[in-house]
Formats: sequence, structure tokens, C-alpha cells
Amino acid sequence: MSEASFPSMEGPVCPLPLKHDDQIILGHGSGGRLTHDLIKNIFLPYLSSPPLLSGDDFARLTRPNGEVVVSTDCHIVSPLFFPGGDIGRLAVCGTVNDIAVSGAQPLYLTAGFILEEGLPVQTLVRILESMHIAAQEASIQIVAGDTKVVEKGKADGLFITTTGFGFLPEGRTINGSQAQPGDVILVSGSMGDHGIAVLAERGELGFSAEIQSDVAPLNGLIQDLLAAAPHTHVLRDPTRGGLATTLNEIAAQSQVGMLLYENTIPINPAVQAACEMLGFDPLYIANEGKIIAIVPPDEAEAALEAMHRHPYGKSAARIGEVTRNDAGRVLLKTRIGATRILDMLAGEILPRIC
Amino acid sequence: MDLSLLNQTLRDERQVKAEIEKIRRRLTRSWVLMEICGGQTHAIMQSGLDQLLPPEIELVHGPGCPVCVTPLELIDKALAIAARPEVIFCSFGDMLRVPGSNQDLFSLRAGGADVRVVYSPLDAVKIAQQNPERQVVFFAIGFETTAPPNAMSVLQAKALGLKNYSVLVSQVLVPPAMHAILSSPHNRVQGFLLAGHVCTVMGYQDYLPIADQYRVPMAVTGFEPLDLVRGIYSVVKMLEQNEVRVENAYARVVKPEGNLAAQAIIQKVFQPVDRNWRGIGRIPLSGWGLRPEFSEFDAELRFDVGNIQTSESPLCIAGQILQGLKKPFDCPAFADPCTPQNPLGAPMVSAEGACSAYYRFARSSASMKG
Repeated sequence: MSEASFPSMEGPVCPLPLKHDDQIILGHGSGGRLTHDLIKNIFLPYLSSPPLLSGDDFARLTRPNGEVVVSTDCHIVSPLFFPGGDIGRLAVCGTVNDIAVSGAQPLYLTAGFILEEGLPVQTLVRILESMHIAAQEASIQIVAGDTKVVEKGKADGLFITTTGFGFLPEGRTINGSQAQPGDVILVSGSMGDHGIAVLAERGELGFSAEIQSDVAPLNGLIQDLLAAAPHTHVLRDPTRGGLATTLNEIAAQSQVGMLLYENTIPINPAVQAACEMLGFDPLYIANEGKIIAIVPPDEAEAALEAMHRHPYGKSAARIGEVTRNDAGRVLLKTRIGATRILDMLAGEILPRIC
Repeated sequence: MDLSLLNQTLRDERQVKAEIEKIRRRLTRSWVLMEICGGQTHAIMQSGLDQLLPPEIELVHGPGCPVCVTPLELIDKALAIAARPEVIFCSFGDMLRVPGSNQDLFSLRAGGADVRVVYSPLDAVKIAQQNPERQVVFFAIGFETTAPPNAMSVLQAKALGLKNYSVLVSQVLVPPAMHAILSSPHNRVQGFLLAGHVCTVMGYQDYLPIADQYRVPMAVTGFEPLDLVRGIYSVVKMLEQNEVRVENAYARVVKPEGNLAAQAIIQKVFQPVDRNWRGIGRIPLSGWGLRPEFSEFDAELRFDVGNIQTSESPLCIAGQILQGLKKPFDCPAFADPCTPQNPLGAPMVSAEGACSAYYRFARSSASMKG
């Protein structure tokens, strides 16, 4: 009953150097043994690909026919984990989507990591695992990477920069300058989910909301869409600044007007409710798993059906059309039947969300 | 909250247009109405309601934008306090972009000051609890609507015995501003839409003598398109019948006596004081200040910011806009050079500011007119 507990004398009892395998320390960025161990034991199990495993400082890649499409994106989201995703999934999907909206098939990705001293290694592992899953889903190889460590307080956990490479089939021209009067404007689903999910997770709503980020790789959805609507003029993912800002950019690039119908724009009721309480407009909130497609009218129905068949396009909707008048402006037919301007985001105060 | 229901009722095109038709049938002449509240200005422009109303109805936009009427010297005081290294300065987001004499809170923050956006003053009290070595100051601006939570934050800080929490108070009141507008020789306003949220807190008894004195009908009005149209209908009906009353067109929310519990909190912490209104000037007993027994929470007393020299942009006509004498399109600086990114005056900053609402929602009609 009252057995005294003695110190165990089994195993090593003389002082051993401390092992730093539970959190990131500055030495992990030194380029020496700790760096090598970190890459070998933590990164490579998740981010392996033949070029990475070769151990060289470069990746040699085979190039399919067609033009190369390149995009790069920095990811600094806080918090690192949020309902529906995390910074790792965001870092893969953000760049995959930027490539995919050109009509190209994304094939390769590089990733740069800035780690903050003190970051739990378990956190890094969870993020790498998530990048691995997203990369698999997008059928993209992570072929090169780099890691640096900065002092505590100099970064917010970790920052990830990804660069993607994709290849564009001959004769495909999809970009923001191609919108033409008469074209139909489609979105692949509800607006504002990502931004509100991140705000809710930061505890900045002042109330809890069951909202999932929509962060997802959209290259599959886009390939299905292009098979159904091969003459698609514009594709873009409405990330920071939301639908309103992205459409204004396209209207300016293409020198066309746009008319949207407020009552056709899909918005998740929980997102709408959160926005009403805080005075936000969901049309300005970031998305990470949605596309805008601007297609010729005779392909609109097929494009919509193709999106509806894909898991990431189930609530796709036709929200408006491209017009000849009001070049460079986006107009909104409001719910009560009036028409007003839908401007770019004009410096609203929103915490950083992607 | 079931928003689909909202879309089928208070934002329903058919019902809104039917109510507008009722207004049209009443009209025998043109009328100038003022919506007091900037939230209503925003809602009118956002829904495009102004375009659907009969041309005989002219809506002019009132001074009910708390960010817009906060006097320049107080913003300069906020900047002076926020610049102190020991201070965490907490504010509603809109105030960060309002230009002071030389800069705004945003640029101060970029320069290293600890300026934080909060959604509620009670969050600022929490920050004070968590940072006992710092001085936490909350910028307590607003009309009767923000007064209860702002007062509550002071009561909470007192109950917690916090020595590092204070408020920079700029509470203003609607009825004295209406007196100022109606007694002006330039006044054009013939009827008022009263601010639904303010009346939710204070009730609407205080408006009866104003309506009588100036022979101006008023209707307590909500913020959804159908609420607004009902408020307009109520005022137009009274004007056409030459009746002067205060009607409640927002009865699903507003009671005649208001929210007595909220009023009790306000009375406990605040007392009436004279206030300067940006662009309008000094209005006697037009605001609330801390009662002497709460002076330990007064940021103006805690920090020495007495000697402030202010200077306004000579281009900005905000004062005339806030009194309903001019519209944003009448301003030569509207949209160039004054924009939400580079505001010369407060009404271009706040979501509730008339200039900002015109810029965001109606710029194309301005260019068509121009």
C-alpha cells in the first residue's frame, strides 16, 4: 500500500545532450545536422518526389508540350488551423488554383518555409501531412523546397511560399481580358465561406459560427468545366477582396461592363448571418475553393451542369452577364429591383485571412 | 436567424414596390425628408431604394454617422494618446481611417503604436485585465446606441478595480442635433425618419415636443428596405394630411419608452454635456460625458492632451452634407481627390457616411449626371 517510490536507475542516468525534436529551434535553420535531420525525418515523409529525394539543390523536370504557366503565392494565415483547412492545404490549393484558372494542368510545386523558433514539430507535421493530402488530390508533385528558421516573434508560427508550374494545351487562351459582351457569369458555389470561417476561428466574430472554409484544389473541377465549355473566356478564383473585387478587375481588364443579380448569388445562410451582424458584405469576403467562370451564352448551360456534377461545384449558379455598356464597371441588380454599382473593396478593415 | 425569411419579407421586391405605390398614390407635391441615421443612408444606397422612390420624394442625409461628427480635436487627442508607448488604444474599426489634422490611427499603428480594433468596449476591458502593466484606452464614440455598452465597460472596469482602463468619450445625442437642423434659417427638411436603433434604446417620447415645436412629422423607422419605405409612407401620409405626429413604423422592435434597463446604465455613468460636432459646431447639451464619480476613467484627464491645434481640409464640405444642406455630388472634391482610400473628411470614411455610401453605390449615376 505505502511502497516508497525510488528513482529508476534503468536507462541512461548521466546527462545527455537535450534532443530538440519537439519544437523548432534556430539550429534547424543552420544548414547543418539539425537541418538535415529536419528535412529527412519531418519533411521528406510527406513531400517526397523523385527530384526531392535526389538530394540535389535543383529539380530537373520533364516538360509536356505547350506553354509553361507559373504562379507564386505567399501564405501567412492566422490561425494556422481553421475549420475546413489549414495553412498547408491553403498553400497547395492557392497556387494550384492560380495555375488552373489559366486552363493549364498544374504539375509541379515548390515550397519555401519560414519557421518561427519554438514552433512545435507536431504542428509542422500536421501541416505537412495536409499539404501531402492536398497535393495528392490535385495530382501535383512537390519537387523542390527550402526551409529557414527565424527568431521567436519574427514570424507567426510559419509562413509558406509556393510556386507552381503548369502546362497549357495549344490554342487555349483563358485570361481576364477575354470577357465579351453577352457572356454569362457563373460561380462554382457559395461566396465568403473561407474568410468568415477564419474570422470565426480567430474568435473575432464574438459568437461561434459553424462555417467551414471552402479551401480546395479546383483543377479537377476546371478540367470538367472546360470539357463541357471549351470556349470559356475567363476563369478566376475570387480570393482576397471577394467576388466584387475580382469581377471589377476582370471588367477593367476586358473593358466590358457586368450586371449581376443579387438574388442569384449563392451565399451560405450562416455566412450571411455573420456578415449581417458585423456589417460585412459577403461579396467582399475571400474564397479559397470557388471559381468565377465567364463563358459564351451557348456553353453556359453545359458549364453549369458540369460544375453541378463535381463535388466542388454542387451549388454553382448563374449570377449575371457581361454587357457592352458601362465598360470597366460592375453593376448589381439589388433584391428590391434597383441597380447600383458594385465597387472594388475600398480598404475595409478585415484581419488578414490568406 | 432565418435570412431566407428576411429575403421573402422585408427585402421582397414585390412588397417593397407595392408600398412605394402606396406612397405614389398619396403624393400631391414634392417633399424633403431626412433620414437621421447613417445606417439608414447606407441601407438606402445599398439596396438602391433611392432610385425606386417617386421623384417627388427627396431624401437628404442626416448627421447620424458617429464617425463623421466626432470632432477633429478629439481625433487629434486620440492620436496623441495612442502614440504613447504605455498605451493600448482600442477603437471601433471605422475610426482608424478618419483623418485627424495630420494623420490617422492607421498610420500611427503602422509607425509602431499599439492600436487595436475591437467589436465591443467589453473586449477592451478584457485587454486591460490581460495587460495590467499597460494603459488601455477605449475610444467611446457614438450616439445613444453605443452609450449602454460604453457605460457598461466603465461599470465593469470599476467593479474589477482596474486602474489601467479609461475611455475617451465622444457620445452624442440625436434630439439636440435635430433642434440645430430645424432652427437653421437654411433648413429644408419637412419630415424625419427617426433612427430605429436609437429609439430602441431611448424610446421616442423625446421627439414629441420637437415635432410640435417645428411642426414636422416623424416616423420611427427601421433599416430593411420595407421598413424604410413604411417609414417614408408614414411621414408622407402625415405631410399630405397636414398632420404632425410621431408615428412608430418600426413597432416590431421599438417600444415608446425604449429600453429602460439600458437607460438606467447610461444615467448611472453619463451626464449631459455640450459637444462639438465635426462640421456643425458646438451644440448645447448635445452629448454625454462621464459623471464626476467616474472621472478616474476619463482618458482626457488621465493623459495630458489639453493643448491641441486642429486644422480641417479647406476642400471638404462635410458640415453642409451632415446638415442636409448639400449632397455628396455637390462637393467639388467628391471622388477626386476625396475617396475612401484618401478621405478628406469623415463622411467618406465610415460605412455610415453619406459620401462613402454615394461613392460605393452610386458613383456611376453621378458620372451619368456629370
